[in-house]
Amino acid sequence: MKGFASFDTVLERLSVGRLWDFPGGVHPAQEKSLSNKEVIKNLPLPEYVYVPIKQHIGIDSELLVTLGDKVLKGQALTASENPYAVPVHASSSGLITAIGEHPAAHPSGLPEMTVTITLDGKDDAIATQGISQYKEASKHDIISAICNAGISGLGGAGFPTHIKSNTIKPVEFLIINGIECEPYISADDRLMREHAWQIRQGIDILHHLIKPKRVIIAIEDNKPEALETMSIACQQQSEYHVVSVPTKYPAGGERQLIQVLTSREVPSDGLPIDIGCVMYNVGTCFAVADAIIEGKALTQRVVTVTGKAIDKPQNVWAKIGTPVSHLLENSAFDVNKQAYPRIIMGGPMMGFTLASAKIPIVKITNCILAPAAKELPSVEDERGCIRCSACADACPVSLLPQQLFWYSKAKDYDVAQEYDLFDCIECGACAYVCPSEIPLVHYYRQAKGDIRAQLHEKEQAEKARIRFEARQQRLESEKQAREEKHRLAAQARTKALNSNGGGAKDKIAAALARAKAKKSAQLQPSEDSVNDGASVNANKEKLSPSETASATKAEAKND
Amino acid sequence: MTATLIALAIVAFIALILGAGLGYASIRFKVQSDPLVAQIDSILPQTQCGQCGYPGCRPYAEAIANGDEINKCPPGGESTIKNLAELMGVEVKPLDGAHGVEAIKKVAFIREDECIGCTKCIQACPVDAIVGAAKQMHTVIIDECTGCDLCVDPCPVDCIDMIPLHESTSNWKWDFSQTQVGDIPVRQSL
Repeated sequence: MKGFASFDTVLERLSVGRLWDFPGGVHPAQEKSLSNKEVIKNLPLPEYVYVPIKQHIGIDSELLVTLGDKVLKGQALTASENPYAVPVHASSSGLITAIGEHPAAHPSGLPEMTVTITLDGKDDAIATQGISQYKEASKHDIISAICNAGISGLGGAGFPTHIKSNTIKPVEFLIINGIECEPYISADDRLMREHAWQIRQGIDILHHLIKPKRVIIAIEDNKPEALETMSIACQQQSEYHVVSVPTKYPAGGERQLIQVLTSREVPSDGLPIDIGCVMYNVGTCFAVADAIIEGKALTQRVVTVTGKAIDKPQNVWAKIGTPVSHLLENSAFDVNKQAYPRIIMGGPMMGFTLASAKIPIVKITNCILAPAAKELPSVEDERGCIRCSACADACPVSLLPQQLFWYSKAKDYDVAQEYDLFDCIECGACAYVCPSEIPLVHYYRQAKGDIRAQLHEKEQAEKARIRFEARQQRLESEKQAREEKHRLAAQARTKALNSNGGGAKDKIAAALARAKAKKSAQLQPSEDSVNDGASVNANKEKLSPSETASATKAEAKND
Repeated sequence: MTATLIALAIVAFIALILGAGLGYASIRFKVQSDPLVAQIDSILPQTQCGQCGYPGCRPYAEAIANGDEINKCPPGGESTIKNLAELMGVEVKPLDGAHGVEAIKKVAFIREDECIGCTKCIQACPVDAIVGAAKQMHTVIIDECTGCDLCVDPCPVDCIDMIPLHESTSNWKWDFSQTQVGDIPVRQSL
């Protein structure tokens, strides 16, 4: 680290267009021209939309709707009191025909709770009320409007935008991320070219909320048109700097971009806010403007549909919940051009292969990629590591990927963590440069998954231990309490026995005597009737005459 | 003669001082419980299932500290045995089959319609993971259940099942030995 650059230093260098750099990085083929030439298209409405009820990092919300409800576009489907929950909305009008599990937009393809809406084709929207004079509105109102519009970071991580915006720490740089460094994707590029003004409005709102000293709008230099439109949109604002960043993957990573712009490094266990920076994606700014000025919820986003197996690659406005198959059908997807059927959600570096084409578009989906045969390298060609360290040169976080690979593969997770496995941003630069074509990131993902599972198990075990010990303690104290109660009761009884001046003892003796008298009374008739000697003897053994006499005496005395 | 006596006196005096110091230290810095037991206990999976023959994980940890075998814990399986062997400095042994076999993690599930509310399972649960009251339906808190199996036998109406934990997107993890990326057939569902 070259030291912490002060605000003035950063500003000085920004003004002359001299930036810093992050270590490593790669220059894969851009392939953006496939899709970035035409305007963002509106697609015909799909038959169904599948809206997963959780599309952000945070807490689940509760459903507001039930089966058979009629919903309008922009109507909230979930709500929650929890600040880390973000609602989801119906993305078009129609009838709720299913609430249940549906394959999720997740590498596993496992089902998640999803609301299925059968669209009526009218696309009727719910009445909305924006806060056009947001500068007069309270911060709380704006923040809750952003939350109610269901906005979570559209750049990829899906972090709730209202939480990021509700910071109380001082912010020096509000950074707007228009880098879009991953190959093929051009969604942000088209959005900036066509809607620069609305993105500016969104930035204004965020500027009003966060009150940073400066705003930096960072765009990679492979998007000259977007740079121009954004510069024009922001030219009246002296505090806004539109900056051209040299094209290098992964310059769009949050930590990498901050390093390029300010030379500051986000601490491994910290957040950008710790070094005075906050970052938003341009798509998020667009959605914030929609939410505040028009009161519209986040119901659609720009998605790039591209790849050489797509005959008509393009950017489209996709309603949240639109199945991927609908986008493919409307972009002339030709499955015959593929070696084997393969649809990737996200870009070629960080995306994941979809398990089903019914998987819906969610808030963080920026690209659907259908590669033709031989367009992307296949993963079967892995060979042994030759220790060339090309991966270490490419790593943007200055890790040692070959060591991480070694220890991840050997499942030596303690050592892998010593090599800072969890600082890996899974950008795939190491795998891209690997001459042995080792899918390095796969090993890191697997190792991270295993470590997280182990940690979870450890936590569960600790919880179980505490509960077990608490229960043991409770049982023990209950037992002691019971014994104490018995002891006290016994004490009270003996006390009562003694306090009556022997009266109680007399009563017992009397009762015994009565019982004996009764027995002897029963004995008499049997002696009379039965003349069998043995029987008499037996009775005599049980009750001797002297005893009978004393018992009778006692009874007489009591009377 | 006096020199010898003085020397003896000095040595005795030093011994007295040191003895007093040690005595004080043993009281002042007394360790509450056997740290070895705590270390063993932290390795054990805390299922509290009793399959090892002891009533809970801590008693088994104490037994191990006193020289019992380390391969009696089926829920912990191979990895626990490995860690225990490392801690105790003994050889890794295969799991003792007499105590059960290593199985996938399961949790108890009460078929609520059939529950008669006898509270027997609540009394059996070592981690208080079952809620309910007499003559009221009982249910299992999945997050707290250790899958120890102890509630199944006491149930008079056999309404408790042990079912594998549901795999969801939150507990799923990458496994590239099982699924090679790229062989997932999209065509079938198109």
